[in-house]
Amino acid sequence: MTSVATGIARKKKISLSELLLRISMFLVIGVITYWLGFNLVIDPRAFLQVSINGINNGLLYALIALGYTLVYGIIELINFAHGDLFMLCSVFSFAILTELFGAKAPGAKNFALLLVVLLLTMIFGAIVNVTIERVAYRRLRNAPKLAPLITAVGMSFVLQWIGLKWVGSVPVNVNTVLPATKYQFAGLEVAFKTFVIFAVTIPILILFVFIVNKTRRGRAMRATAQDKDASRLMGINVNQTISFTFAIAGAAAGAAGIMWAQTIGTVSYNLGFQLGLIAFTSAVLGGVGNLYGAVLGGLIVGLIQAYNDGLTVGPGQRWSQTMVFTILILLMVYRPGGLLGQSSQEKV
Amino acid sequence: MTKLQAAHHAVGVNNKKWAIGFSTVVGVIFLLNVFVLPNANTQVQRFFNAWFSLNSLAEIMIWILMALGLNIIVGYAGLLDLGYVAFWALGGYVAGWLMSPFLSQFQVDFFGNPRPGLEQGIHFNVFIVLILGGVFTAIWGIIIGGPTLRLKSDYLALVTLGFGEIIPQFMLNGSDIGGLNITNGAQGIGGLDQPKIFGYTIGTFDLPAKFLMVSLMAGAMIFFSIRLRDGRLGRAWLAIREDELAASMMGVPLWRTKFSSYAIGAVGGGIGGVGFAILIGGVYADRFNFVISIIILAMVVLGGMGNVWGVVVGATVLAWVNAVGLVQVGELINNTFGTKFNFPSYQFLLFGLLLVLMMLFRREGFLPEARMRMVMNEEKLEDVEKVTDDTKIGSH
Repeated sequence: MTSVATGIARKKKISLSELLLRISMFLVIGVITYWLGFNLVIDPRAFLQVSINGINNGLLYALIALGYTLVYGIIELINFAHGDLFMLCSVFSFAILTELFGAKAPGAKNFALLLVVLLLTMIFGAIVNVTIERVAYRRLRNAPKLAPLITAVGMSFVLQWIGLKWVGSVPVNVNTVLPATKYQFAGLEVAFKTFVIFAVTIPILILFVFIVNKTRRGRAMRATAQDKDASRLMGINVNQTISFTFAIAGAAAGAAGIMWAQTIGTVSYNLGFQLGLIAFTSAVLGGVGNLYGAVLGGLIVGLIQAYNDGLTVGPGQRWSQTMVFTILILLMVYRPGGLLGQSSQEKV
Repeated sequence: MTKLQAAHHAVGVNNKKWAIGFSTVVGVIFLLNVFVLPNANTQVQRFFNAWFSLNSLAEIMIWILMALGLNIIVGYAGLLDLGYVAFWALGGYVAGWLMSPFLSQFQVDFFGNPRPGLEQGIHFNVFIVLILGGVFTAIWGIIIGGPTLRLKSDYLALVTLGFGEIIPQFMLNGSDIGGLNITNGAQGIGGLDQPKIFGYTIGTFDLPAKFLMVSLMAGAMIFFSIRLRDGRLGRAWLAIREDELAASMMGVPLWRTKFSSYAIGAVGGGIGGVGFAILIGGVYADRFNFVISIIILAMVVLGGMGNVWGVVVGATVLAWVNAVGLVQVGELINNTFGTKFNFPSYQFLLFGLLLVLMMLFRREGFLPEARMRMVMNEEKLEDVEKVTDDTKIGSH
């Protein structure tokens, strides 16, 4: 009898805590909606202006988040080194385009060089990422989960050190190839760089989504993600497929790196840590393992960060980092599966 | 099984030897610095100041405390925490709030030892501050761990990393929270009270006494770590670390056990934070960054996750290398060979490579427990037990 009674009591308790959780979730959403709505009403123009900046950054976040999501999808590893790979790519693009080729001002020839270096940076990112996988992660594929995670953190430090030795400890300003022209649309300022970001990132995003969803290689990737043994039995080269995934992820980071260097205009060795976390938050927000989710999450995080930094009534830039992590933590509490993903609670 | 019990028994016997060893080392260092070194000639003094200054040794004790706290989370319960620096910061600020003239809106003196002329603010006795620091960080451990411990382990790592960033940023921006100055921002809180222990006041430059104090704290942490590990809770942690499913089938309450490891592990960070604040006489927000979390993790990994004495050795070696070794050895090499390497700038490479190489080639650490070695090298069983391995992968 007593055991039955405690069983009922325990069940009731869980539903109460779940109720509280749900109420608090609606409270959080309500507060955010009120804050955004309030800003939209008092200064609609500023709100839209900030939104444009947000989408601008959000697209770059989406490119990096794609790499996290791809890698997590296939070997269930949070690749902590991915943010630093992005940093290394931005440094590489700076070294090649600005220093080696001397492209420091707008011009037709420099635009052509930009496209060439974009390709080079993507290849560089792919090679570095595949090397990291080959050297550090492959041996640990069957090890306890703690081991590859710690290795990824270690790799992140090694990459940071390379960046530190390459550009030094202070942020370096990049003389960008893109002109600083701004266009006026109905009272809103849109920089030329914004168009470039759209023109570069959106085709790349579509290309990668196409590769994963429509090609033979992509099908192999998805099969490997689901069940490595079964894929092996079906004749898929699992190691090669995983390497290919890392190559795509690295190429996306490379594209994001050069676009960051050219549009934001600075490179520094510790960029990767911060950006990596933002991008991972984006990936989780969208539902880790889901490509569209990564893009959606990147855009949302970019917007929220821009609203936080730029709105008339808001916490301001010094809380930028806190804001992003708060989103991450709230997500973990309320919807660990992300917006488009499935629940990721520990299953027995 | 008998082999394992024998190993366990051996650890129990070794603990007493280790305890004597630890006390001897601390005693020798203390006596050396109080009686021998002040009377030694300048060359000897200079050597010890450069390579084994009492200040750096006291800091090593703090690192040992921290590493043992993290060891409870990572080594015992197998949960990866990448934001341990948050607990260090929280503990430090507890000392800053309760032992300094900073919160001048209040005037409280509870067996405290305020400096003359600085009686405003809150002044608690150092023992009470240590206890409150532990309690406060435990509460924060619960706040951080509570909602996230149900998640997959790698998500937990990320959330802890998030808190490890948020809390120091809060401290850094905390000089103006709705008009209130809570943390004094980047300037930090200086001028902490000199702790008074049983009538003896430890002055600002009384390094031997400070060293003895933090050594006692580290010793207590070693003691509790060992006792906890052998107790009911500790065995539950180890069971969860090795196989969650099996542990829960045996009646170990998963969530509650993980939760307690997180809260108790946080206490180590909190007490260490208070100790460090007392050691340097203040608490400064810009010290608390991600690198610290990784260094503590590297200490736990190097020594051997889960093994108290391994972690102590790992913490000692890495803390010394980080504080003194990298600079001194670098200078020695540069002077000997006429090179001009900037050795401290290799810190990132050193700790990064250390983590990677340890995980690749010696996952269980340099002084592992017998159990941990088995856990970390589980994959090697696969060749022998192909059949069970197939079922294992299928169920993932």
